[in-house]
Amino acid sequence: MKLYNYELSGNCYKLRLLMSFLGVDYETEAIDFYPGQKHKSPDFRQINPLGQLPAIEDNGLVLRDAQAILVYIASKYDADGTWYPAQDPALLGQVMQWLAFADGITATASAARLHDGLYYSHIDVEAARKGAHTLFRILDEHLFFAEDAGQAWICPSDQPTIADIACFPYIMLSEEGGINRMDYPAIRRWCDRFKRIPGFIVMPGIFPAGPAFEKPAA
Amino acid sequence: MLCNDRILLDDWHVVADLDHLSKGGIEKTVLFEQPITVTRSDTGVIACSDTTGPLPCQVKYGFVWICPGTPGRDIVHIPEAFDEDRYVISGGSFGVQVSGLRVVENFLDMGHFPFVHAGWLGEEPHTEVRPYQVEVTRDDEILATECYFHQPVASPTAKGGIEVQYTYRVYRSYSVALYKTNPLFDDRMDYIVLFIQPVGPEKCVVHSMLCYMKREMTRARLRWFMQLIFAQDKPILENQIPRRLPLDPRAETPIRADKAAIVYRRWLREHNVHYGATVA
Repeated sequence: MKLYNYELSGNCYKLRLLMSFLGVDYETEAIDFYPGQKHKSPDFRQINPLGQLPAIEDNGLVLRDAQAILVYIASKYDADGTWYPAQDPALLGQVMQWLAFADGITATASAARLHDGLYYSHIDVEAARKGAHTLFRILDEHLFFAEDAGQAWICPSDQPTIADIACFPYIMLSEEGGINRMDYPAIRRWCDRFKRIPGFIVMPGIFPAGPAFEKPAA
Repeated sequence: MLCNDRILLDDWHVVADLDHLSKGGIEKTVLFEQPITVTRSDTGVIACSDTTGPLPCQVKYGFVWICPGTPGRDIVHIPEAFDEDRYVISGGSFGVQVSGLRVVENFLDMGHFPFVHAGWLGEEPHTEVRPYQVEVTRDDEILATECYFHQPVASPTAKGGIEVQYTYRVYRSYSVALYKTNPLFDDRMDYIVLFIQPVGPEKCVVHSMLCYMKREMTRARLRWFMQLIFAQDKPILENQIPRRLPLDPRAETPIRADKAAIVYRRWLREHNVHYGATVA
C-alpha cells in the first residue's frame, strides 16, 4: 500500500496510526503540502480530484478521505474485526456517528491550527475555536458518562475503534490552534489511554504518554 | 509594546516566502505588531505596504524582505545560497506563539535533541552535550564550533546513525544558522538558516532556508524532514514561560551545555535588543 502523506497532517496521521496498530506495511510518498501546495497540483488531482490529503493506493484501488480509508484498512487488515465492528449493527452505527463528528473536529480545531501555524489567514479563527470548544464539550461529557459506565473508549466496546483514531489527532494538536484542553478532563484521560494502545506512534506535536503507574502486585 | 530598538527597525526582515505567494496573490502579515500587505502581481512584481503607504522591499533567497526604518545595513550575505550543488529552498513559514529570540536559543541548543527529537536527532541514553567553543567574531557574529552529537537519523539521506558535527552561527538578533555534517560527504556540510519575523514580542513567524547537498536528496524529502523536526520543537517553544527571553543573567539557570545561549543573551544585552526580551 502507498500512502500519499504529509507529515504534519492529522488526517494522514490517522492512517499511520491504524497501520501501526495493525502492523500493516506501507510506503509513503511525501507530498509538499506546505508551502508547495502540491496537493492542489494537476498531477495530484489525478489521484484525488478534490486536491486533499490523505489518499492511498492499494493493489490498484485509489481511495481518498481519512475516514473512508480507516474503514477500508480496518475491514481488510483487522482479522479480529474490533477496529471496525461490522458484525454489530448498534456498535457500528455509533462508530459511524463519531466518524462524522471527527469531520467536525477537522473543520474547527484543525482549521484553527492551520490559521495559527500555517498561514491560513482566510480562516475565521475565533469561529473555528468556538466550534471546537462546542464539540470538545460534547465529547468530554460523553466520555465522562462512558467512563462512569466502565467504558474506556468512545464507543461501547472493550476495544478501541476507528472512531477513537478519527477523533484523536486534532484534539491532541488543538493547542497549536489556541484551543486549550484544560476544561476537558475526561478527554485528557481518554487521550492518555489512547497513547497506551500497543503500537501507538507519535507525530510532530504529539508526545508519548509518560511512564504508566504500575499497580503493586496483589 | 511597539518596537523601539533601532538595530531591529533599521534592518531587513522577511515577511513572505515566494513559494507561498503565487502570482496575483496577496498576503497579509504582521511585523512588530504593524499590519503589512505583500502583493505579487500577475507579472511577478512584488510590492509591500503598511497602513501609511508603500514600504521599501527586496526579494532575496526566495523571500520578500522589508525594512520598517532606514536601512543601516544590507540583507545578510550567504554564499551557500549560491552553490550549484545545493538545493536552496524554503522549509515553509510557521507561526509560533513565542518570542523569536526563544526560537533562536532553542535552535542553538543540542541538549534537547534526545528528548524532543527522539529517534531522529538524538536518543536516550546518549544525552551528554560535550564541551564546545563559542566566540563573537570580528564581524560581530556568534560562532559555536566543535559541536558533536550522535544522531540516529541526521538527514533524509542518512543510512543509519552517525556522529554529526555542527557549527552554529548567529548572524543577527533574529537570524541564526547551522552547518551540519552531510552523511554522504566528508568535506561538504548542509546549511540551514532561520529568518525569524518578529510579529509581536511573544509571537513570530519562522521562515527557514535550506541549503542542502543535492546528492540522493529531493526537494519534497528535504521539506518533509525540516518540517518534521520543526513541528517537534513547536509545542516545546510554545510552552516556554515566560514567552519572552529573559536577559537578566540570574533569571534562568544555565548549564555548561548552554554556553552558546549565555553568549547570545549577553550579546543581545550589549546590542540593546529589547523586543521579544525581558530586561533586568
